[in-house]
Amino acid sequence: MAIHPGHELHSRRKGRNVAIGLLLGGFVAMIFAVTIVKLSKPQNVDINAPNYSTNIGENE
Amino acid sequence: MSDATHSEVQPYEAQFSDYMELLKPGVMRLVVFTAIVGMVVAPVPVHPVIAIASMLCIAVGAGASGALNMWWDRDLDAIMQRTKDRPIPTGRVAPGEALAIGLALSGFSVMMLALFANPMAGAWLAFTIFFYVVVYSMWLKRLTAQNIVIGGAAGAFPPLLGWVVATGSISLEPVLLVALILLWTPPHFWALALWRNDDYKAAGVPMLPVTRGERVTRRYIFGYTLLLIPVALAPSFTQIGGGLYFAVSLLLNIMMLLGAWQLLRRREADRDADNFRAEKRFFGFSIIYLFLHFMMLLVEATLRAFEISLFALPIWY
Repeated sequence: MAIHPGHELHSRRKGRNVAIGLLLGGFVAMIFAVTIVKLSKPQNVDINAPNYSTNIGENE
Repeated sequence: MSDATHSEVQPYEAQFSDYMELLKPGVMRLVVFTAIVGMVVAPVPVHPVIAIASMLCIAVGAGASGALNMWWDRDLDAIMQRTKDRPIPTGRVAPGEALAIGLALSGFSVMMLALFANPMAGAWLAFTIFFYVVVYSMWLKRLTAQNIVIGGAAGAFPPLLGWVVATGSISLEPVLLVALILLWTPPHFWALALWRNDDYKAAGVPMLPVTRGERVTRRYIFGYTLLLIPVALAPSFTQIGGGLYFAVSLLLNIMMLLGAWQLLRRREADRDADNFRAEKRFFGFSIIYLFLHFMMLLVEATLRAFEISLFALPIWY
């Protein structure tokens, strides 16, 4: 049997679904923000970056 | 069969707030507060976005261990007055659901913290969850009267987590903060256990007043308070403390000691006469005691940031 879009189950679970939706949206936003922050570090001072250099200053 | 019949077998649909309750928001607040202090007092600045993301991971990790604890202790929770309204005993959340949420959120929070901050922080969060759920809840809580001492250790880790988020390593200062919460927990909780004795007795949890009696508990409260004092004062002489912290801590410790001394001298007749008034007062004060210690560390960190020194103390470490 098909579950009708207007079924009572949907209204019953609405609050929960909206909350989980917002939570997941927030999680995506957080990953995005952290990515921006991590990638905007200059590469030569980021210890995790592939082209991290221990002799900063000498190159400049 | 229609979908309408399906809804009849499920009389209550767990709401989002029920799941939130599973994560013990009260404990979470305390965890986040002490973790923030641990992070702020660390000598390495953290980018605000990384800081917020890391604190969320620590909060979710704490919540996950709360859910796992509720899953494991559901039999006790149903008996005890203090816990009988939790989501599992009241049937709002199924035990299996709590277990699934606890495990999933534990894994998630540990992985995300390792990625957001550093792997060391992730590892410490994993250890904290393991310690609280396996070592404390599953193993020692129902076995020994020193359960609170061990459980206190799990609650003591957050400032260290905050510190590791910032620095990626461990130093004496966060260890002192861990020791502060660790030694504070037994007198704090035993004061509560004194007037909640019947509750623990009914549930068969071997709390100290149940196994060794009230007199011994009062002696232990005093003993642990004596141990607590030097540990609480010690951060004054490290880089995170200072004169202001020392002054406030000294005052708080004197009051704590007087409170513990008062509890030690009370007899059954005294506590029956005023219905555990002194014990309740001591319990309430102990919360303020810990809160103010951490607040003063925040104040000291702020003063340092603005390069203000009210009265300097020697820094031994």
